[in-house]
Amino acid sequence: MNIDSIQNGVVIDHITAGQGMKLYHLLKLDETDLSVAIIRNVVSRKMGKKDIIKIDADIPVNLDVIAYVDPGATVNIIRNGALVEKRQMELPEMLTDVLTCKNPRCITSTEQELKHVFRLTDRENKVYRCIYCETKAGI
Amino acid sequence: MKRSIIDILDLSTQELEELIATAEDIIADPDKYAHACDRKKLATLFFEPSTRTRMSFEAAMYELGGHVISVSSAMSSSAAKGESVADTAKTVSCYADIIAMRHPKEGAAYVAATNATIPVINAGDGGHCHPTQTLADLLTIWREKRRFEGLTIGLCGDLKFGRTVHSLINAMSRYNGNRFVLISPEELKVPSYVKKGSLKKFNIPYTQTTDLEAVMPELDILYMTRVQRERFFNEEDYLRLKDSYILTPDKLKNAKPDLAILHPLPRVNEISVAIDDDPRACYFKQVLNGKYMRMALILKLLKEAGTI
Repeated sequence: MNIDSIQNGVVIDHITAGQGMKLYHLLKLDETDLSVAIIRNVVSRKMGKKDIIKIDADIPVNLDVIAYVDPGATVNIIRNGALVEKRQMELPEMLTDVLTCKNPRCITSTEQELKHVFRLTDRENKVYRCIYCETKAGI
Repeated sequence: MKRSIIDILDLSTQELEELIATAEDIIADPDKYAHACDRKKLATLFFEPSTRTRMSFEAAMYELGGHVISVSSAMSSSAAKGESVADTAKTVSCYADIIAMRHPKEGAAYVAATNATIPVINAGDGGHCHPTQTLADLLTIWREKRRFEGLTIGLCGDLKFGRTVHSLINAMSRYNGNRFVLISPEELKVPSYVKKGSLKKFNIPYTQTTDLEAVMPELDILYMTRVQRERFFNEEDYLRLKDSYILTPDKLKNAKPDLAILHPLPRVNEISVAIDDDPRACYFKQVLNGKYMRMALILKLLKEAGTI
């Protein structure tokens, strides 16, 4: 299967197989009219199988989202057909408007204008909690 | 500097001890504090029914010589017109010097605190936190035991939704040598995040049981709670669980003579009225202690804000 190389854009590589579509939606790429390729279940020497997202535009991507969903992914910035930057992910301390609190008793369930903010409370176990009601985050 | 109290853990153990010292000083010499908050105003914003907490805050402010302005229910306030908690907090900041707020939604006090320009005290945000109840509990434990260490603390009833239980576990886990006995029906056990966040984090020994009488002889403190109808989405579950534990004189036969029985009140039927005259019953003292701790907290926050 051939996917053309991109000249200027972003390649999100080493995505755990099966997480590509989730990232596509959480990065809100479905809300843009950019050319985006989602490549699923690519054979990988390191991972066995992996997903890749190629965005044919040099746009800022929300690294916090990628780090939260798949901290093992890498983000490559391509300019003029060459790799100019490779970013490793690290779990962010805060996630703002990435996830929504699922607790029906949370103040965010009734006050729509509030930002949904989650704080990293347990790095080892990748636990984020709502800053308002302390409910554990889940996608 | 303006500071708000949302959770009991917003206060260090040193600050708790200072609040307790202030409360004991107020008890010893109330006249000394009778004008401490002259001309200052407490706004009580209660968007959920409450009798004792609101009255306790109001009595506390009056005894400090201050005034109280009030919203007594969501229906009679601008919240009924759709005003946000953030806007309410900003508006009330223009009228008062300090806010005590109760709201049915978890995290509402945090929203108020981040938007108000005056200190906010969380007087209960849904099933989340109720720090001033814990202050009442701590002063009661202190006055009965004169120590916060080496105690076996039994918590009984609704340990799942009972916010006062979670706060008390968090607060008492910071002291050495305490042990918890968690007595509840299977469905109302302490949530794992509370166990992880305090008991396991500080290596505090605890046991979980459904049998109150079996563990009674071990206890130094017995903290009874009410199964709260308002925390259930399903009436059937509430009816099935509401009478799980009822403390009667008979069940106290094997209890220690210096056991302290606490309850955040209101009670429904989980403590028989026959126990009220037992010297081990501390729940009405706890109510009074709550007022003194609220006085101490109002003083502390107004001083820190530079208002008094």
